[in-house]
Amino acid sequence: MPSPSYPAGNLVKDRHEGFRILEYTLLGIIMLAVMLLCICAGSVSIPVGDTVTAIWNTLWGQPVPAGISQSIIVFVRLPRVLCVALVGASLSLCGGAMQGLLRNPLADGSTLGVSSGASLGAILAIAFGITIPGLPIGGTVIMAMLFAFMSLVLILSLSYRLDFSLSTNTIILMGVIFTMFANSIISLIITFSGEKLKSIMFWTMGSLAGSSYQNALILFIALAVFGTLILRFAKELNAFAIGEDNARHVGVNVKKVKFAVLISVSALIGVCVSIGGTIGFVGLVIPHMTRMIVGPNHKRLLPISLFLGATFLMLADLLGRVMLNPLELPIGVVTSFIGSITFVIIFYQSRKAG
Amino acid sequence: MSEKSLLHPVDSCMETQEKLLDVRNLTVRYGKTTIVNNISFDLQAGQWLMLAGPNGAGKSTIVNAVSQGTPYTGRVYFEGSDAARRKPSDLARSMGVLTQGHNVSYSFTVEEVVKLGRYAYSPGIFSSTDDEDEKSIHSALELTGMLPISQQSVLTLSGGELQRTFLAQVFAQNPRLLILDEPTNHLDLVYQKQIFGLIKDWVRDSGRAVISVVHDLSLAKAYGTHALLIDHGNMVSSGKIDEVLTRANLEKIYSMDVYQWMENLLAQWQN
Repeated sequence: MPSPSYPAGNLVKDRHEGFRILEYTLLGIIMLAVMLLCICAGSVSIPVGDTVTAIWNTLWGQPVPAGISQSIIVFVRLPRVLCVALVGASLSLCGGAMQGLLRNPLADGSTLGVSSGASLGAILAIAFGITIPGLPIGGTVIMAMLFAFMSLVLILSLSYRLDFSLSTNTIILMGVIFTMFANSIISLIITFSGEKLKSIMFWTMGSLAGSSYQNALILFIALAVFGTLILRFAKELNAFAIGEDNARHVGVNVKKVKFAVLISVSALIGVCVSIGGTIGFVGLVIPHMTRMIVGPNHKRLLPISLFLGATFLMLADLLGRVMLNPLELPIGVVTSFIGSITFVIIFYQSRKAG
Repeated sequence: MSEKSLLHPVDSCMETQEKLLDVRNLTVRYGKTTIVNNISFDLQAGQWLMLAGPNGAGKSTIVNAVSQGTPYTGRVYFEGSDAARRKPSDLARSMGVLTQGHNVSYSFTVEEVVKLGRYAYSPGIFSSTDDEDEKSIHSALELTGMLPISQQSVLTLSGGELQRTFLAQVFAQNPRLLILDEPTNHLDLVYQKQIFGLIKDWVRDSGRAVISVVHDLSLAKAYGTHALLIDHGNMVSSGKIDEVLTRANLEKIYSMDVYQWMENLLAQWQN
């Protein structure tokens, strides 16, 4: 018997699914405000006015007034904050899409083991020096995308064999096992990697420190291409979220949609992991919170998750930077701390719902 | 005309146009096990075909194959063309399916679930619901009595309400052929009567037909016009309901006197 599991969404009057300009403008303003805050705050605090001036003047090619540290604002913090925002948006979108596709509120790159798979790909690329001429990071990106997709396919086909309904327990168990498997290989590679150790350790922690504009550009292109593809399938994801059989019965081309969404999700996660390492649970926490506020309709859930994910991850990164100042906590540590608690709450709720 | 409509020799291709559904030599295998063995039948508008037989006979597999949900060999002609060659959205405009249990996990509203029934009419990204969609959704909600709670979350519904929600979805889909896979399996008698009553009214409109998988033979007899009796994947009998669901046929496949058993059950109520 069905029973309520998300009380907030039980009776929602006037739940429009269309595009609401005011809502998105507001979300955009909040996101930009948080972005500004994250650039100003840190080990060295910078006044808002100075930050805006520095960015504005650099943007239009004008000299930055003396006394404003252009290098910190424009070359250290801004690219990092941009990368954090893009990763947060991408991971939330992926989490939301997978939770709909698999009809499983606990699905996420980190719980399914896709992130670990992507890390393994990225680490293999680093350890064996796989690169693309002209774009040093290209090899890592491609390998991470490839491994993310292969892991997702492997985990899903193993789960399907065990339990055709892809129940929460089966799929999470598979994800955990696969994560352990991938991590064991990662440890093996680290053991033999010698001087490359330092850059490899970074993947296992998850951090966007030292991100460049090139990183931001790659993330932006990936989000523009694959994010748009995912958003296009909002209606189909609604059908999947109600049930895959039901989706087929109402006329959704289930094979095509599933394939397209899985490809997009693994590509996006692969790019995020290759640049920021494993940043866990963002894709779990944000869509879950968004669903509690606006309901499960993907036409609104996905775009709003995008904004909230960017905002959330920027704040998590800020927390990691300032909490133990001058020490810096990797962003993955912060999100895993928040995320694992949320995971327990969701798991508890969905178990109660049966 | 309905007397000879159900089971035809396979070679009468010329008549395909008149039939809503024409299933020929349908065989389904999982690995080396044959679940459905070379079954042929057809269906015309106005008919309600009951698929009956013991557990594991292959009833659900047959309807799954007809709705293109499982691989099969043989041919399924629907509205005169090969169903396997039609696009999913195209097929869904003419063929709707209602299954038994629905395990919903997100708090979609009743209306959102019903609205998905219109997916096949505007599968594009930018297409929004038009007047006809709104009308279909509204009348489906009204017909099934779900209008007063159309904004309620499906997680809060009772089993009967949830099944009526999905019935409303398939009504909004407005198919010509409705496939039912034991839609009232877990429901109380009241809901059973309600759902079957609604479908009986629905099929009265011209051009429509129903195939349903049933366990309850009395229910099959009460609502069906035709029947297909299956045992271990093989067809035992097919034709008009009264000719198929006979005491002799049932005794053969259930290995017990079904009629006597039901009579005994009913007799308990006599005094």
